[in-house]
Amino acid sequence: MSGTKVKYQDFDIRVAKSDDIGAVSDLDATITGIAKPDYWAGMFERYGTRDKRYFLIAEDTRNAVIGFIIGEVRAWEFGSPPSGWIFALGVDPANRLNKVGSSMFAAICDRLAADGVDQVRTMLARADELNMTFFRSQGMMGGPFIQLEMPLGSKRTQP
Amino acid sequence: MRLQKATQCALFAVLELARDPETQISAADIADTFGISVNHLAKVLRDLARARLVESMRGAGGGYRFIGNPKRVTLYHVVCLFEDIDSHDSAFPETGKDADIGRALNRVSKEIEDITVSTLKSITLTTLLKNLDRA
Repeated sequence: MSGTKVKYQDFDIRVAKSDDIGAVSDLDATITGIAKPDYWAGMFERYGTRDKRYFLIAEDTRNAVIGFIIGEVRAWEFGSPPSGWIFALGVDPANRLNKVGSSMFAAICDRLAADGVDQVRTMLARADELNMTFFRSQGMMGGPFIQLEMPLGSKRTQP
Repeated sequence: MRLQKATQCALFAVLELARDPETQISAADIADTFGISVNHLAKVLRDLARARLVESMRGAGGGYRFIGNPKRVTLYHVVCLFEDIDSHDSAFPETGKDADIGRALNRVSKEIEDITVSTLKSITLTTLLKNLDRA
């Protein structure tokens, strides 16, 4: 996994280390209002330590974590050729509109492209206007896949 | 959802003006660019001015200019000025909604509508203008 640190004016972007996970968990709790340290420890285990999986963080000049982004290359889900997937993104609210999100997005796209994929995808709640607007601003559009769901248990269609 | 003519005119005008907020463009020039009626566009521009998205500049070289924040104004903001989009404008007839088939069809209609609304809400004028070369 590439450990290159990219310097921006007020922050750096680098691969997450295990020491960062407490700060990532705290930042996520600030954004979502739900603390889930075990989840983040598991995410680091799965995505911070393996090839073609990327767990990047942005840190400011005081070495405080101000953003994170996670993604990987996935292949052949319902016929989809290998493509990049981004499934977590968070930016410290005090650092929004400071190009932290855009820079992390560019950094992870560079890594995914270096892995040989030419598409990047994500999935969001329709009501998540903040992230939806962000990913749109990066050039992402609706793709050829659609997310479907149903409740389990109570009322399933009979075969 | 099929946009009304006024909505299409509004989107054309707002985007053309937001492209360069410093520049004033006449209604005639905008109408000419998009091949739309200047009379129809003039009415739409009055509505956009009332919504504080554009302002009319008088005098020689006058015209309209964009005065909103293109990073904040989304396609939804513009469309909502001309379409009753939140009233669940069903793609299916309202009759039959008390029957199970009618309710099921309305769920499909609601899904389509929800996707439309979230798409329009997520695209700012800046985003659309930034991605013109992908069209």
